[in-house]
Formats: sequence, structure tokens, C-alpha cells
Amino acid sequence: MRTLYLEFVRFFVSLRLTVGLLALSALLVLFATLDQVHLGIWAVQEKWFRSFIVLHEIKGFPVPVFPGGYFIGGLLLINLVAAHLKRFAFTWKKAGIQLVHGGLILMLLGELFTGLLQEEYQLRLDEGQTRNYSESWRFNELAVADTTDAATDTVTVIPEQRLSSLGDELQVPALPFRVVPRAYYPNASLMLNENVPPGRPVVNNPATAGLGARLAITPLPITYQQDQRNLPAALIELFGPEGSLGTYLVSTMLTEPQRFSYAGREWALSLRFRRAYKPYSLTLVDFSHDRYAGTDIPKNFSSRIRLTTPDGREDREVLIYMNNPLRYDGLTFYQAGFDNNDKTTVLQVVRNPSWLVPYISCLLMTLGLLWQFGTHLLAFSRKRGASRASSAA
Amino acid sequence: MKKFFPLVVLALGLLYVGSNLREPRAPAGAPDAVAFGRLPVLVGGRIKPLDTVARGTLLQFQGRQTVRLADGRKLAPDEWLADVLLADKKAHAYPVFEILHPDVLALLKLKAEDGAGQKRFSYEQLTPGLTELERQAQLALPVEAQRRTRFQREVVRLRDNVGLYVRLQASLVPPDLETPLDALTSFQNSLPAGIAAVRLRQQKQAHDEAAAARLMDLAGRFDFMAQNAYLLPIPPDDAEKDDTAWRNTGAVLLDTFQSGAIEAHALSFAGLAYAWRGGKTDEFNTIVRLLRAETEKRFAARLVKVDAETRFSAAAPFYTGMVLFVAALLLALGSWLKWPETLGRAALYLLALGFVLMTAGIATRMWLEGRPPVTNLYSSALFVAWVAVGLCLILEKIHPRGLASAAGGLIGFSGLIIAHHLSLTGDTLEMMRAVLDSNFWLATHVVVITMGYGSTYLAGFLAALYVLRGALTRSLDRETAAALERMVYGILCFATLFSLVGTILGGIWADQSWGRFWGWDPKENGALIIVIWNALILHVRWGKLTGPRGLMALAVFGNIVTSWSWFGTNLLGVGLHSYGFTDRGFWALIAFATSQLGLIALAIAPGLPWRSQPQANTPREA
Repeated sequence: MRTLYLEFVRFFVSLRLTVGLLALSALLVLFATLDQVHLGIWAVQEKWFRSFIVLHEIKGFPVPVFPGGYFIGGLLLINLVAAHLKRFAFTWKKAGIQLVHGGLILMLLGELFTGLLQEEYQLRLDEGQTRNYSESWRFNELAVADTTDAATDTVTVIPEQRLSSLGDELQVPALPFRVVPRAYYPNASLMLNENVPPGRPVVNNPATAGLGARLAITPLPITYQQDQRNLPAALIELFGPEGSLGTYLVSTMLTEPQRFSYAGREWALSLRFRRAYKPYSLTLVDFSHDRYAGTDIPKNFSSRIRLTTPDGREDREVLIYMNNPLRYDGLTFYQAGFDNNDKTTVLQVVRNPSWLVPYISCLLMTLGLLWQFGTHLLAFSRKRGASRASSAA
Repeated sequence: MKKFFPLVVLALGLLYVGSNLREPRAPAGAPDAVAFGRLPVLVGGRIKPLDTVARGTLLQFQGRQTVRLADGRKLAPDEWLADVLLADKKAHAYPVFEILHPDVLALLKLKAEDGAGQKRFSYEQLTPGLTELERQAQLALPVEAQRRTRFQREVVRLRDNVGLYVRLQASLVPPDLETPLDALTSFQNSLPAGIAAVRLRQQKQAHDEAAAARLMDLAGRFDFMAQNAYLLPIPPDDAEKDDTAWRNTGAVLLDTFQSGAIEAHALSFAGLAYAWRGGKTDEFNTIVRLLRAETEKRFAARLVKVDAETRFSAAAPFYTGMVLFVAALLLALGSWLKWPETLGRAALYLLALGFVLMTAGIATRMWLEGRPPVTNLYSSALFVAWVAVGLCLILEKIHPRGLASAAGGLIGFSGLIIAHHLSLTGDTLEMMRAVLDSNFWLATHVVVITMGYGSTYLAGFLAALYVLRGALTRSLDRETAAALERMVYGILCFATLFSLVGTILGGIWADQSWGRFWGWDPKENGALIIVIWNALILHVRWGKLTGPRGLMALAVFGNIVTSWSWFGTNLLGVGLHSYGFTDRGFWALIAFATSQLGLIALAIAPGLPWRSQPQANTPREA
């Protein structure tokens, strides 16, 4: 038993394991980079880095092909910590190495937290438009709004994933009816029935209420391109105590919500990009996009934004441009793109609570490396000086 | 003699460098094309000499800067450009369009034998096939650039080059006119009458038909120039505050309809054309001088840089450097066989001279651009070579064995060759895209990461020397081997430090700009792989997991890793950093990687006898 334990410890503290894991991580990063051509940056991160085992679809079957980022990173972390616990003895000579590895441990943990906690949203603003929410670039939600009160809407949101489990009865205290998903298409295109050209594949559309009955659904393959997004569609049936209230077709393609009355209240139903509301609002005052004279090379893009809070504490203009984002309320708003003949700005909104971790770990690692190689260099030049002195004498 | 040999070599090197720094002069008694080449224009967002336009365009068309005519005469870039801009159809006969793809030749109904040097063709030769070329280009254009076949790429390239040529021709004087100066002056004199005739024609009344037709014809040419001209040669007028608001000749000529008088610059260009076509030396030189003096009033400071840029291009310091590095390499290789002291010292001198020259060249570019040294792929190649050569000078000082000199000569030469090929795509002092427009981060992240590339390559090249000498010659004795191992280790430490710090600085830039530290972008990943690989080698050495030959093999593999990060990721065509690399480099990259794999096999293949036996491949005490 004891020998088994020692074997176990020896394995986890060995340099061989370190080298093996380093080689694996180099390969992991390489494969993930190559896969990005097909999958785009988001799917690659989920598949290769934020996973224990990389599953690659071969002829439709997911086959484990490589250890994932969590697996390799986790083992590296164990290996590092174990080696240091086992061999830890502070000496000035080794202080550099220890600093480097301390920084590395912190960085691995930081990347783990970033993966778990980071949120990325987008904010599109036309010139003059004001918004108090940003929208997810990847996720969607079903919003059921009670619009009876003219001043405030009460919105109940159901995440898109719940719509994909067909037949589930979603019952929420805020709603006087149940929501039952009947069909779900992760990416689909809609068209008015009368406009459908012959030969275009459409699926059965059982919608009975709202706009949906007039529309034809064409499912599309999921896109992984970085500059395209999937536009999902779903068929949902609403049930009151007295029975079905109708089947609605919802899609992020339909920008206007579908409205109906039930139980004496007014309702609006829409599938929309997931929203993150803010306790403040942003107005695009002006977007400008300069090019170098006589060329199409962009010189700069900038958005002049008015930031206001309802309590009036903040009411100021800020300028967001390349390499100069707005940091406010724990979020970073940076200039990501533009659209609509330079009349619309696209800001990326990022929340990364562990943003400070990489800075600290970088500092540690840099100091450690400088210390380590600096002392090497010093010792080397001292030795050389000595040997030169002796050969001269 | 042996004692002075290194000094003699150095003196020869200095003489060679000095001979290339002479100011270029046009032959006396002929129109001064060199002075013409120093005239400033605004292209690609920056003010540059016509000379730079000429060189860049020729490189892009045909991969070299001089034009060789059928009768054996050679044209300097400035002379070629003067013929294109001023001499009507004369330049149509010059073979400057390189066509290599046989299918493109077939498309244009041309044979390789028809071309100068079997591959260069003139505009005249291309003219009959231009419609077909355009049709094929329109077929190829909707295909994403990365996915085009070689034929499609060549078609698009040729069509763009021909388009550029036509646009250049429309830059200074209205195209296809025998005597543009006469045409413009008579246009100015008869303008009121012509306008009256056109007005009457619009009202369907009796009018001077010839006058109306002449006016409409010229207006059409002006409009063509306004739409298509490549150069913006006319400085902003005094009322315009913006220094970059240079004007297009066609637009300025169209303004004549309002003002009634032709703008001075536009008229001067027609005068230049008249003098150039007639070989009127005095007139030509006077007009050039006046145009310059006119620009000098407002752009005196810019003109200093414009002149410097012209001198810089003519001196071609990086070409001179290439020759010096080859010489250094040969001398260093020689020093392994004979007279190690003498030849080694001579090699070191030439390497140092090349380094000084490169330093001056890079510094000049920095001053011209007002930027840190690395701004694009081209300048990164220069900087990689510069860093590696600099490190070699230090190494050679520590271990004077001709090893680092050889590696330095080789890397310096390779880096400059790579840079030359990267310069074929256009202006190497181009303006920075918005996302990169930050001198602080260019000076820190980009410089440090490029130093990481340079030092990783150096470690790899030194390791390659070890393998080659050990496997193929008997010259790798115990001491040489130990010296090389120490050098590789020291440089690897340096490389790890710089690639790690550089990568981290990149992360900080990303966080500052985009609110995220790491985005798994291909270029970021490439840099990360270099860091991981260097760390791996260091751990293998610390853990004594393999002997010197194994370590050298790992270091050689570092060359492939670095090349992937530097160029390979640009081939993927995704991500934030995918800029400026053509697939021409792809095969070069593959060939390089294959050669490195061969070296690795040579280093570690079991049962392969090495001619030198420095010692067995067992771990050495660290």
C-alpha cells in the first residue's frame, strides 16, 4: 500500500509528467487553432479548452479524440502544486523558479474562473437611439411580457435551452398559462407562405395563432462562422386551465412581438437575443469612421456615447474608440464594429470579474524569470571574469 | 598578411557599403527623372515620393525594380514611371507584367516564348485578352480570397495589376492625347465658346458642333481621371486646413468649368508631359523645380522625409546587408576548416558591419514612419533578423569559434530574403489600421514578441549547426559541442523570457482594448505554443530527460513552431491578426518545415552513425 502511494506521489510530482503535459497542451492549442477554421472561435473554446475530453464528430458520432483543456490544465495544476509541496524549500537561488510557477498556478486558475464567469454581450445603437440593455451574441430567450400597464411591462423570460426539450410543461407563477415547446429549430429561416419559391424545403408548421400560421419554416444548418449568428425558431403551445390557447411560431427573425389577450391582461410574446438590462442607459450621439485619405484603410472608429442613470448621478458624454473602451459598472464597452453606412455602432460589452488575476500572475512570472535568468547571467559573467583573470595571471 | 586580413575584409566591406550610399544622379543633358522621382504624391494615405510608387509598383508587377527592354536597355524605376505618367503609350510596350501560370497565358493567347525572360509581358501584348481576363476575374472575385485556386488568384492578381497600370496612367495628364499641353491650353482659351455651344446643343439650337464635341470629349477624359486616378498629386490649396486633403488631377481639371482657368499644378503636369516627350531637358527640369518649390512652402518638413525615403530606397541597405551576411557566413564556415582566428575575426567584422547597416536601415524606417520598429510582417522579418544577428555578435564575443557568426550570417541573410519577398505585395511603410494604431503597444508587445521569435530561431539555427557538424563532419569535438550546448541553452532562456513577456503584454493590450485578457485568437495561440515549447525544452534539460542530441532536436523543432506562429496562422485567414500573407509563402513554409524535420531525424534517428562523437546521447550534468 505504502509503495503504491509512493508510486502515485512520484507520478504526480515528476518532471516527466510536466513535459508530457506541456507537449499535450502545445498540441491542444495547435489543434484548436486549426479547428477554428471550421467551428469559429466560440465553439472551439467550448469544444477544446472548456472541456475535459474533446469530442469530435466523426460521421455524426461524437468520438473522444483528445484530452480537453480542463483535463490538461487541471493535471498541470496538480503536478505543479504537488511538485512544489513535495520539494518546497525556500532558497534565494530558487526564488525565481518558485515565483514563475506561483504565477503560472494563478494564471491557470484565472483562466478557469474567466471561463466560468466571463460574459460577453453586444450593444447595437443607431445614431440617436437609447438603450438600457445589451444583447447576447450567442444566446436567446423567450420573453413573455405582460403589457397591460402602459408604464411598465412585466417580463418573464425562458432560456432558449428550455425550448429545446420538447413536451416539457413550463409552468411559472408569474404566468396564468403553461408554455409547452412543440418544435425547436436552432437555426431557421422564415418566409411568408405565398412567397415560398418552389423547391425550397419547408417543414410542417402547426402554428394556429399569431403571425406564425402565415409563415413557412426552412431549417438551416447551424453556422459557426464568427460573423454570422444562428436565428432559432420554435413552436410553442400555450395552455390555460380550459385547454389550448393556440400554437405560436416564435423566432428571432421576427423583431415585433406577437400580442394577444388572456385572463383580462395584454400579453406580448417574442423570441429575442438574450438581454442584460442595466441600471443606466446609453445613447449614441455620433459615430464616426475615418479612412486614410484616398484609401479604404480604416484610420479610426469612434462612438460618442451619452451615459445617463435614472437618479441623475451620471449624465456625461464619453468617447469610445479603438484601444480606448469605456469601463463602467464592472463592464468594459469597446468598439467592436459598425454597420448601416456608419450610422450604427456595435459595442462589445464584457464582464470579466477575474480580470486582475492575469495581471498579478504576469507580474509574478516576469519577476521570477528576470530573477532566475538574471542570477544565471551574473554567475556566468562572474565565472568568466574569474577564468579570464586566472588565464591572464 | 594573415594578421591584416580581417581589416582588409572590413575595409572592402566598408567600401562596398559606401559605394551603395552614393546619391543617384541622372545623366547630364537629359530630363532629370531622378528629380521627378522625388516629387511628392499622396497614395495609400501617406505622402511619399513618386520614386517609392515606381519601385513598389514594379515589385508588385514583376518582382524586381528595374525594367529591361527588348533592345537590352535598362530603365530605372523613375524613368519607367515618367514614361507611364507622361509619355502617352510609350510604356505600353515595356514588358513589366509577370505571368507565370500557363492557364493564364493560354487565356490571353500568349506563349511563354513571347515574353521577356519567358515571363514578362507588355500592356500591348495583354490588350487583346483584357475582356476575357476581366470576365474570368469577375468569376473568381466572389470566391473568398483564401479559397481561390491558383489560377483564380493569378487571374485576379494580373487583372488588379493591369487596373493599377491604367489608373496610374490617368494620374497626371489626360490619357490618350498626343499633345496634352496644347489640348489643355486651347481648352482653357475656348472654354466660354465651348460652354455656350454645349448649352445651345442642350436647348437643341444651332451651335458650333466641333467646339461642343471637343469640350465633351475632354470633359469625359477629366471625369475618367477623376474616377480612376491612382495618385493624388496636387497638394491641398491654401484654404484647406487638412494636410492630407491632396487632390486628384481629374477633379481639379473638372473644376476648370467653374473657375475658367486651369489650376497651376494640372497645367504643369501637361507641361512636364510636353517636355518629357520632346526631350526638352531645361523645360522639364525647370518645371520639376518649380513644382517642388511650390510644395515646399507648406510641406517643407515632409519633403525632408520624402527626399530621405528616395535616398533610402536607392541605397537599398537591406540588399547590401544580405551580401554582407552571405560573406560573413562563408568566412565563418571557412574558419571551421582553416585559420580559425583570422577568418573567424573577418566573419565577425562583416557580421558587425551588416548589423550596423541594418540598425541604420531600421532606424531610418522608424524615423520615416514615426513608429516603433515593427509595424507589419515585412518589418517583423527585418527585426527578427536584427535581434538574432545582435545576439550572435554577443555570443561570438563570448565563444569566439565562428559558430555564432555562421548562425548570424545565415539568419541575417534568411531574414532579409524573407523580408524581400514580403515587400512584393506593396508599400512597406503603409499606414496602420485602426486596431493597431497604438505606438505604446507596438513598441512593447510587438517588439518583445518579435525578439522572442528572433531568439527562438537563433537557438534553433545553432542547434541545426550542431546537428549538421556532428552528423556530417568530424569537426564537432567535445569543446565545440559544449560551447554550442551552452549557447543554445542561454539563448533558449532568453527566448522563453521574451516570448512569455511578449505574449503577456499582448494579453494586457487585449484587456486594455477589448476587456478580455485572452481570446484564443490564432496568433495568440501561436505565441502561446512558442512559450510552451520553450518551457518544455527547459524542463527536459532540467529533468535530464534526454541528452544533448535530443535537446538539439527539440530546439530545431522550435524553428517549425516559430514559423507556424509567425506565418502559418496568417494562412488560416481567421482571427484578429490575419493580415498580409499570400500563399506564395505556403510552400516555402512547408519546405522549411520538411528540412527541419530532416535535421531532427539526423539528430535522433537510432542507428544513424554520426561522424563526430562528442559523446553519447546521455543527459549531461546541468
